[in-house]
Amino acid sequence: MATLTHHESVTAEYLEVSPNARKKFIMIIVAGVVVLAVGLLLSALGIGAEHHEGAAAAHEATSHGAGPAAGHHGSPAWLKRLIVSLWHNNVFFTGVSAIGTVFMAIQYVAYAGWSVLIKRINEALSAWLIPGLILMIGIFAISLINHDIFHWTMPGIMDEGSENYDHIIAGKAGFLNLPFYLIRMVLFLGLWAFFTKRLRDLSLAEDLNGGTEYFHKSINVSALFLVIYAVSSPIAAWDWVMSVDTHWFSTMFGWYVFASWWVSGIAAVTLCTILLKQAGYLRWVKEGHLHDLGKFMFGFSIFWTYVWFSQFMLIWYANLPEESVYFNQRLGGFDGRYTWMFFGNLVINFVFPFLVLMTRDAKRQMIMLKIVSIAILIGHWSDFYLMLMPGTMKAENGFIIEIGTALIFLGAFLLLMTKRLSQASLVPVHHPFLDESVHHTT
Amino acid sequence: MTKRFALGIFDDEDVLLHAVENVREAGVKIYEVFTPFPIHGMDDALGIERSRLPIAAFFFGLTGLSFALWMQIYMLGFDWPMIIGGKPHIALPSFIPVSFELTVLFCCHGMVITFYTISKLYPRWKTPVLDVRSTDDKFVVAIEVNENTDMTKLTQLLRDNGASEVNQKEMSKF
Repeated sequence: MATLTHHESVTAEYLEVSPNARKKFIMIIVAGVVVLAVGLLLSALGIGAEHHEGAAAAHEATSHGAGPAAGHHGSPAWLKRLIVSLWHNNVFFTGVSAIGTVFMAIQYVAYAGWSVLIKRINEALSAWLIPGLILMIGIFAISLINHDIFHWTMPGIMDEGSENYDHIIAGKAGFLNLPFYLIRMVLFLGLWAFFTKRLRDLSLAEDLNGGTEYFHKSINVSALFLVIYAVSSPIAAWDWVMSVDTHWFSTMFGWYVFASWWVSGIAAVTLCTILLKQAGYLRWVKEGHLHDLGKFMFGFSIFWTYVWFSQFMLIWYANLPEESVYFNQRLGGFDGRYTWMFFGNLVINFVFPFLVLMTRDAKRQMIMLKIVSIAILIGHWSDFYLMLMPGTMKAENGFIIEIGTALIFLGAFLLLMTKRLSQASLVPVHHPFLDESVHHTT
Repeated sequence: MTKRFALGIFDDEDVLLHAVENVREAGVKIYEVFTPFPIHGMDDALGIERSRLPIAAFFFGLTGLSFALWMQIYMLGFDWPMIIGGKPHIALPSFIPVSFELTVLFCCHGMVITFYTISKLYPRWKTPVLDVRSTDDKFVVAIEVNENTDMTKLTQLLRDNGASEVNQKEMSKF
């Protein structure tokens, strides 16, 4: 109840990113570079490659008809791993970044008041969209040299008579062709970034001038953005993730990827809120807000599982070869090298958040939320790993290069996000629902 | 057993919330508050402990899950094994939808039944109403009183906190 507690005036609050914190983020990047270098060196020297013989045989057994000649592309394993893991991390971080704006837009169109105090964190989360777009174009261009990520980019794969000709892939030429693919990539990320910028500008103008005009404009912008996002995010999921397994398709895939991004985005916002609070900021954020974020994480972990299982069960039950090859590769394929991740994925993304966040008290304690949000972020990073690696690296996947790349992305992401956070007051002082958020109780 | 109550009638829920806080601060024990709709923050203002219903819900859910799994494993695995779609007799993924539904079913019904029982809302139970207007547009604070209660003081306290009227009523069924 808004009038329950006596009035305390809410003032602007500015985040100062201390040089120490910035140094920490740079250290994360440096650590990433070191891990990456070690990984590349080990991979180039062929250490840990003893599995290759057996694994290659397993690949033959489960390969979906592309044939050994077409199935293996040019780059050496270490380079291919680097390119694929760059793509993997960029898809994950860019998707999570977009969730900041999606979350905020949903709060706007729902006239939600509670989330006003964490709105700036959502705005900051979306800071990665433009770098994400640039990186995505760059990595895609690099991947074209040896066709490391996308099998459908092979020259002649859609021309009848060519030795690379693949009948099934040729049937998808109307959608999976370079110009259209690139247009979609730029259009989607460009639109997401444009709406992010628009909402941010409105929000900053509101801070300066006050009034409800900006709020109403933001609602219109959000509604439009949500419609666009709803259409573009599943297509983005097909493009960036599903087209790796070019022969395979799943109608659940768009939702599946969105669910993964969405729950990770909420976990990222929660984690950021808690870290800021523990650093002494956001003093109006109370247990009630954390409780709501906890409920979101709990609920959408279950939602992700629901979508995951819906996809799995239909394919498992029908057991059509062209569909079940996807799970065949992940469950026991390539000498079972992905099997532990397959089950670990369910444990960390469903069982763990489900059991830990079940009680009300757990959702109101920072330490519990912190553990679960970190677990969810790692879990969904692995989820994307599991979506991309079997289709690209087959039996040559690894973790050192991938973790190194992830650390570099994480450090850069945090640098950019904290920079955006520090550029405006952490409290949107003139938001019409600010008072409601300050007095929010659950 | 007959009990006597002082009833403070309020017209507004915000006033009521403050009144409840102040009355409790003044050391008066509130028996119950009757309102036409749930009021956010009232539980805290009244100092009501959290319900243990979620714990019951968890065990109802667990019962449903166990029952569903037992039923399907026993029926399809042992009692009348059939091959369906070339799957093993005990094919867990195909049991999950039914298990999920039965978990929810047991959980919901168990919770509703438990809730009605602890709230004494089972059939044929006559719910005593202290003031019928609390089912329409008035908010009623009931305070149990006896011979030793200083009614003038209590009336004054309620009036000072915004009660539009203060009545007394005896109830035999509490």
